[in-house]
Amino acid sequence: MIIVALIEFLQKHLKAVVWICGVLLALLVVGDFLLVDKEHAHTKAEHWIGFWSAFGFIACLLIIFVSKWYGHLGIMKREDYYGDE
Amino acid sequence: MAMSELWIHPSVILLAGAALVPFVRGKARSALLLLIPLLAFARIASLDHGTFGTLQFLDWKLTFGRVDRLSQVFGYIMGLMCVLGSLYGMHVKRTADHSAAWCYVAGSLGVIYAGDYLVLFLFWELMAFSSVFLIWLRGSKASLGIGYRYLLVHVLGGLSLLGGIILRYQATGGDYSFGLVDVANPDLSTWLILIGFILNAAVPPFHGWLPDAYSGATVTGSVFLCAFTTKTAIYALCRGFAGMDILVPLGVIMAIYGVVYAVLENDSRKLLAYHIISQVGYMVAGVGIGTQLAINGACAHAFAHILYKGLLFMGTGSVLMMTGKSKFTELGGLYKKMPWAFAFTLIGGLSISAFPLFSGFVSKSMIVSAGFEEHKNTWAFLLMLASAGTFLHTGLKVPYFIWFGKNNCSKETWDLAKDPPWNMIAAMAIMSFFCIFIGCYTPYLYQMLPNQPVAYHPYTAYHVSETLQILLFTAVGFFLFLKKLVPTPTISMDVDWLYRMTGRGVRWIATRPLQAADEWVCEVYRFCGMAWLTVSAKTSAAFDWNVIDGVVDGLARTVRSTGDRLRHLQSAQLQVNIFSAVAVLVVLLLGVVYSLR
Repeated sequence: MIIVALIEFLQKHLKAVVWICGVLLALLVVGDFLLVDKEHAHTKAEHWIGFWSAFGFIACLLIIFVSKWYGHLGIMKREDYYGDE
Repeated sequence: MAMSELWIHPSVILLAGAALVPFVRGKARSALLLLIPLLAFARIASLDHGTFGTLQFLDWKLTFGRVDRLSQVFGYIMGLMCVLGSLYGMHVKRTADHSAAWCYVAGSLGVIYAGDYLVLFLFWELMAFSSVFLIWLRGSKASLGIGYRYLLVHVLGGLSLLGGIILRYQATGGDYSFGLVDVANPDLSTWLILIGFILNAAVPPFHGWLPDAYSGATVTGSVFLCAFTTKTAIYALCRGFAGMDILVPLGVIMAIYGVVYAVLENDSRKLLAYHIISQVGYMVAGVGIGTQLAINGACAHAFAHILYKGLLFMGTGSVLMMTGKSKFTELGGLYKKMPWAFAFTLIGGLSISAFPLFSGFVSKSMIVSAGFEEHKNTWAFLLMLASAGTFLHTGLKVPYFIWFGKNNCSKETWDLAKDPPWNMIAAMAIMSFFCIFIGCYTPYLYQMLPNQPVAYHPYTAYHVSETLQILLFTAVGFFLFLKKLVPTPTISMDVDWLYRMTGRGVRWIATRPLQAADEWVCEVYRFCGMAWLTVSAKTSAAFDWNVIDGVVDGLARTVRSTGDRLRHLQSAQLQVNIFSAVAVLVVLLLGVVYSLR
């Protein structure tokens, strides 16, 4: 099965995969700064280097931590809370 | 009744199919399950623009067939989804599943082609009353309750809609045509109709029914449910409420709300259901922005959404069907066992996350761009934030915690897990094809959009770079904080708490104080009634004994047998009664349409 073989190949070389991903991410940020035309930007902030990278990362953290905080306010209940399923 | 020329409504094909399918068996049924949706889809694709299927009914002129660009883009995708959903569910032996699904699609198409509020309302209710069977047919105790809650909420929404229609009819001096309302000067009727629509679009606080129902329905039922109700509502909003300002903040709230609950969710299908709220939020915001680009975006996103969300429900549904499990805490590590289901779900996940070359990329960005163009920057940035959450959950959390991560499978689950039957694989493969095709070849979708020409170009260097940065750095966050995201065996309270708990309150009142009062009244009645009866019986005994005996005996027998029959009718399951009612409705509809000829 080609999908399984591919997954297991990637898992076997996990360290290399992580390194390659890291390099690609760095290239993306640098490439965006040097090569991409910012004419379509809507705000000044978007001209900063790595603006959208930071935006994505911070958005991700915000979503995780704010949601977890909200959930622990008493929103999350045991599965038998309603007693009917 | 007057009639117009012969015009076959696509819904008629599906309703006829729904009536026919219980009588066909074996290979012929499999053929029918493909043929009927294909015929309906072909009929939709062949429709000419114009107004058809008008019917004079008493004082009203009803319009069943308003065909224009807006109705066609929605009709087309509903027809396509019906074909693929039916293919996915082809192995299901019970015919009620197919009949209910087709009646439901017929309702959706009926709304889409309706030219006036009366026809719209008729089909709106057909949708609610047929789709509830997709939940009940799951057959569990929980699904029974879920179905009733679903129906209750939708009946309320329907009443609001009907109330609005009647008020509008009165206020305008008899206008019941369905078109753009005066969104700048809304009156009570506008708000009531809007509530009816946004309840079906699952706009908070009217959204509680959606995660409840879509996680509790049958495997194939959810595939249908996730496509039709909310997107038909989006159609209705595009038609009637384009440019209504309040929809922008409501849509953005939806987009974020769904994302927040998805973090907490442990049931894979419920997580996807919360992401429907999130994604439909983009469309609602698009309708609120209301410019040509925004409406195009809402339509394009509805189109793309139906396909990738259907695909995601198919993928997680196949896990549920094969293993009987849908919770992350009971799954994990299944990539070896269900590789195809994984691959297709991943394609759905990349599409909903709006990765370049996948369908979401060319549709979602239209709405966000329209927001920036209208200088609604804050709202647009919040929509961008929500899109990070979309990738976080649907693109990463769902695949990771089902197919990778810690293996939480019991031995039984693990042994049962394997890729689903060929028809399900085929349906997922075709869905995947469309998700990628739409993303790669934009004219296919853009040529169908209502406002032409479409001058939007998604594949600019800036947009591609911006999207990749957001998504890939979200992935970094996901893997760094993986431990935070490990699902827990919990459920999350949502607005359904209100009616589940108030319902419980009503039940308590009914069982405690009311029942006590009832018993007391019974006691009083028995005491007084019996005393009176004893006296009167004595005085009339002789007369009774001799004269009326024969008559009364006969009467008593009749009463008892009638009572018995009534009692049985009452104790029969309410679903059976509702089913009969829906069946009658379908027959009536068929009759009406037949009389059109």
